Amino acid sequence: MHDPFKFSGKALIAIAILIAALVALPFIANAVGLPATTPLATRLLIYAIAAGSLNLVLGFGGMISFGHAAFYGVGGYTVGILFQHVRIGEPLFGFIPGTEQFLIAVPAAILVAGAFALLIGALALRTSGVQFIMITLAFAQMLFFLFVALKRYGGDDGLIIRRRNALFGLNMRDDLTFYFVVLIVTIGFYLLLWRIAGSRFGMVLGAIRQNERRVAALGIAVYRYKLAAFTIAGMGAGLAGGLVANYARFVSPDMLHWTKSGELMVMVILGGAGTLLGPLFGAFALVTLETVLSGWTERWQLFLGPILLLIILYFRGGLSGLFKFIGGGGK
Amino acid sequence: MTAPLLLIEGLYKTFGGLTATDNLTLDVRAGEVHALIGPNGAGKTTVINQLTGELAPNAGRILLDGQDITALPVHARVHRGLGRTFQIVQLMGTYTALDHVALAVQAHQGHSFRFFRAARDDRGLRDPADALLERVGLKARADEPVASLSHGERKQLELAVALAMEPRLLLLDEPMAGLGAVESAQMVELLQSLKGRFAMLLVEHDMEAVFSLADRISVLVGGRAIATGSAADIQADPAVRVAYLGEGDA
Ligand SMILES: Nc1ncnc2c1ncn2[C@@H]1O[C@H](COP(=O)(O)OP(=O)(O)OP(=O)(O)O)[C@@H](O)[C@H]1O
Ligand SMILES: [Mg+2]
Repeated sequence: MHDPFKFSGKALIAIAILIAALVALPFIANAVGLPATTPLATRLLIYAIAAGSLNLVLGFGGMISFGHAAFYGVGGYTVGILFQHVRIGEPLFGFIPGTEQFLIAVPAAILVAGAFALLIGALALRTSGVQFIMITLAFAQMLFFLFVALKRYGGDDGLIIRRRNALFGLNMRDDLTFYFVVLIVTIGFYLLLWRIAGSRFGMVLGAIRQNERRVAALGIAVYRYKLAAFTIAGMGAGLAGGLVANYARFVSPDMLHWTKSGELMVMVILGGAGTLLGPLFGAFALVTLETVLSGWTERWQLFLGPILLLIILYFRGGLSGLFKFIGGGGK
Repeated sequence: MTAPLLLIEGLYKTFGGLTATDNLTLDVRAGEVHALIGPNGAGKTTVINQLTGELAPNAGRILLDGQDITALPVHARVHRGLGRTFQIVQLMGTYTALDHVALAVQAHQGHSFRFFRAARDDRGLRDPADALLERVGLKARADEPVASLSHGERKQLELAVALAMEPRLLLLDEPMAGLGAVESAQMVELLQSLKGRFAMLLVEHDMEAVFSLADRISVLVGGRAIATGSAADIQADPAVRVAYLGEGDA
């Protein structure tokens, strides 16, 4: 009844419609002569994964991490660097062979980003409140400057990836094919988030957000659960980064910049922190707003701020709150 | 005589210049209800928070079953059998009453690194939690989010949560505070029915409740235990009458 992770019949229908719409989208886009919509939608889905992963710490766990883009960037660079070593035909650190296989490179991106999250989380989670925000930000900026300094992998200019990773002999160059690969990954990722949110682990995480003191008094080692959530979230961001490296065939330190972390936070909060699909809506809304407003005026950021503010102020729970409001779904 | 279940030795805690716990030595025997009373600000909650590990004492030791737990973190002490309720209820606003108890059952069963099965459908958690809610008289309110529970119901829920942890020693910080006469009597009856199953350290201002429940009473004033004994001893103790019961001014 109050279980946010059990969907009513109506919600299930809405989700089915959403998936059907996402499947139909590129075909409709081509039919109406807007083929550029497909790559745009691909980017949206990737952002939805990144924001969804941040939501696990920010929304479900209540940890205000301001350095999430670091893991996104590390994931991207993992794919980029592995590809680079195929190109130059020389193993990484002298023993790790490069790869251009999607099924190796993207899982590697997930694992490497997860390892960084584990390390950073282990230190940052010893603090809380403003200190935690600042420490996550500081670590992310450190990694940002690390990649800026890595001249071997393009430094400031970033790293061009000449080809997308290979997957089952699919034509990954084709925007439509790549869109569906990303769509399947996105659906899988959100299914996973949904399972996690309703699991024993998810119940602990939601309790920690609301009352850490109570959770400790239950005999639960709060720190370990926060660290696990932080690490899983880092892995999700690594996945998104690995996908975007393939999508853009390019990675650069911008992926790790603090403004990217801020953007991900806005997506989560705009869509509805702690709701399952909120970050997906948030990612869609932010990128669409940016695209539309920047088409109208150079000073689009001036307009974006107030719009975000209004939504956040008037609809507690962000866009998810707005949808519930429209749907007349009570509280 | 066997060693006590809980032994507090020379406990000392200061907040800046304020001495909140002043060389306190106290014990709780297995199965006993030991009441800790004292005026507001006497340092009762501060003692409880040092026992649970939320606060670190400046000096002194805490032994549970003869083992020094003074340096253990909060969660580890719970698994040694130290349960507590809070003076000001500590609950999760969006969770139902049942969620709270099920989470406590889950915590008691061991780690919660299970990521896929839906916890809210898990009979292994829900059934024991249901039984505990029934025990404290909250069964009918199991699916209410705690935000819509009354103050008295929240106090009952605090107790059900503590019971789910199957403590050997339960630290009760003013379980009757803010309850009406009827609710208060129910709580006393409930605690009475639990007496003997585990030991309790009961902090309470309601003297009637204290006298009817406690085997022994310790009186805390300014962080010091000025007397320990049976209800009759305490009522007759001149120091207690002066310092606490507000008599003997003349
Ligand atoms: N975290 C803290 N920092 C500073 N002073 C504190 C802190 N906690 C308690 N105190 C002070 O220590 C003293 C004892 O407080 P405590 O809460 O233990 O009293 P109590 O006996 O539980 O009182 P009550 O009956 O009102 O609950 C009080 O003077 C209080 O102001
Ligand atoms: Mg108190």
